Amino acid sequence: MQEKEIEQQLFKIVKVYLPQDVESTAIELDSHLMQDLGINSAHLVDIALDVEDAFDIMLDEKDMEEMQTVKDAIQIVKAKTA
Amino acid sequence: MNAHNKNRVVITGMGIVAPNAVGVPAFEKALQEQTSGIRFDPQLADLNFGCQVSGTPQITEELLAENFTNLQLRGLKATGLVYGVIAGKEAFKDAGLEIAGLDVAMKDMGIIFGTGQSGGEKFREAILLIDQKKVRRLGSTSVIQTMTSGISAWLAGELGCGNLVTSNSSACCTGTEAFLMGYERIAAGKATQMLVGSTSDSGPYIWGGFDAMRILPTKYNETPEKASRPISCDAAGFVPGSGAGAFILESLESALKRGAKIYGEVLGGALNSGGHRGDGSMTAPNGQAVQDCIKLALKDAQIKPQEIDAINGHLTATSKDAFEVKNWSVALNRKGENFPLINTFKSYVGHCLAAAGSIELVGTVLQLKNNVVYGNSNITSLHPDITDVVDSNCIPNQMVNRDLKIVAKASFGFGDVNACVILKEYRD
Repeated sequence: MQEKEIEQQLFKIVKVYLPQDVESTAIELDSHLMQDLGINSAHLVDIALDVEDAFDIMLDEKDMEEMQTVKDAIQIVKAKTA
Repeated sequence: MNAHNKNRVVITGMGIVAPNAVGVPAFEKALQEQTSGIRFDPQLADLNFGCQVSGTPQITEELLAENFTNLQLRGLKATGLVYGVIAGKEAFKDAGLEIAGLDVAMKDMGIIFGTGQSGGEKFREAILLIDQKKVRRLGSTSVIQTMTSGISAWLAGELGCGNLVTSNSSACCTGTEAFLMGYERIAAGKATQMLVGSTSDSGPYIWGGFDAMRILPTKYNETPEKASRPISCDAAGFVPGSGAGAFILESLESALKRGAKIYGEVLGGALNSGGHRGDGSMTAPNGQAVQDCIKLALKDAQIKPQEIDAINGHLTATSKDAFEVKNWSVALNRKGENFPLINTFKSYVGHCLAAAGSIELVGTVLQLKNNVVYGNSNITSLHPDITDVVDSNCIPNQMVNRDLKIVAKASFGFGDVNACVILKEYRD
């Protein structure tokens, strides 16, 4: 899968979990999901499930821990779908 | 503080999600017109329930969008949570209160919002995933949707309430109990405002056990609006219902200070249990305890039995209706034409279980405010054991105008538990 395509899908997934006072334009590759985008830590679990469904992959504990920024997520998905 | 050394408590806001109407103005109209909210329930029919009718609130997409963000709606299957949030927010808004700022909660405002069980449908989804060894697929909202205190926790976050935040549970007494517990907290000076109420889920996973006990009507699946027949000679069981009712209770001092609209005053009430002794059991009421509860409520409210102008009963449409009327009669020592007006809304909303008390209390407060007693529907003829005790003129079939000063509302529940509230009109 193309990196650009993965990126677009991930932006779409993350957008859903933004707090109401954060615009979707705030999402950047280096955005930290919790610190920069203010996403509730409980929702990281839901983001991981959405990522699994979108790319038909399984994320393990290590993947979940490493998935701190949008870029991290892209790297993980890229590796799993390669 | 009054002679009883208690703060006076008034009702300054109400909210409702009922089978026959959503929102207080619509509910008021539905009660006036005795609009039935009992409909054929295809899901119950598909699942081979004996009773295939229910009182299920009609929630529109617009109403959901007004009360929940898209993120909150994702995977939201706990209907009771949905009803409770809508009703709770309506009551808060109706009282003219402001949501707390982002940094500090309102330390003098608490919540007691009860339920029987939360999110049966969500719990089923979780159970199926767990049994497929997919526990990690539950997502983050499984706990919030299925914990009993999910509703009070949700409302506390939305509104910013910083006093006691909890969810009580006492079967069909839940709503009336929450109301009284909130009243007591304000009367004792431990809170200034309390959001109180109760909610109950819709659906087969909540109602199935009652169908199995054969206490729901089975002969009205083609004529749903006729299914719920409290106090009638042909009462055939209670119609399962759901929804939520909510109130803002407030110290009179605070309400006057902020110029709030006042629906009525809470004079007091009582909560007790028959302890499954005497004729009481898990499912049947101990008559002595019911009478004691009513008497204790009068004592707490410092009023005499003769002062009660109207009663909104529990009256579910089972064989226990006549027993309830007899217990009221004995407790108040009033019978025949001297009995107060008595009614029940269950003929058009069904029995909303944990939500019954709060939904019916909203209707009772509307009666007090409008000086009316709404009609009882579906009475073929009154049960003879009832007319032995009470004159039929005390049981209106249609709305009647009556100057109401003091009214009583009671709920009686599985577990042999009782709750009785005494309300009074408020005049400046």
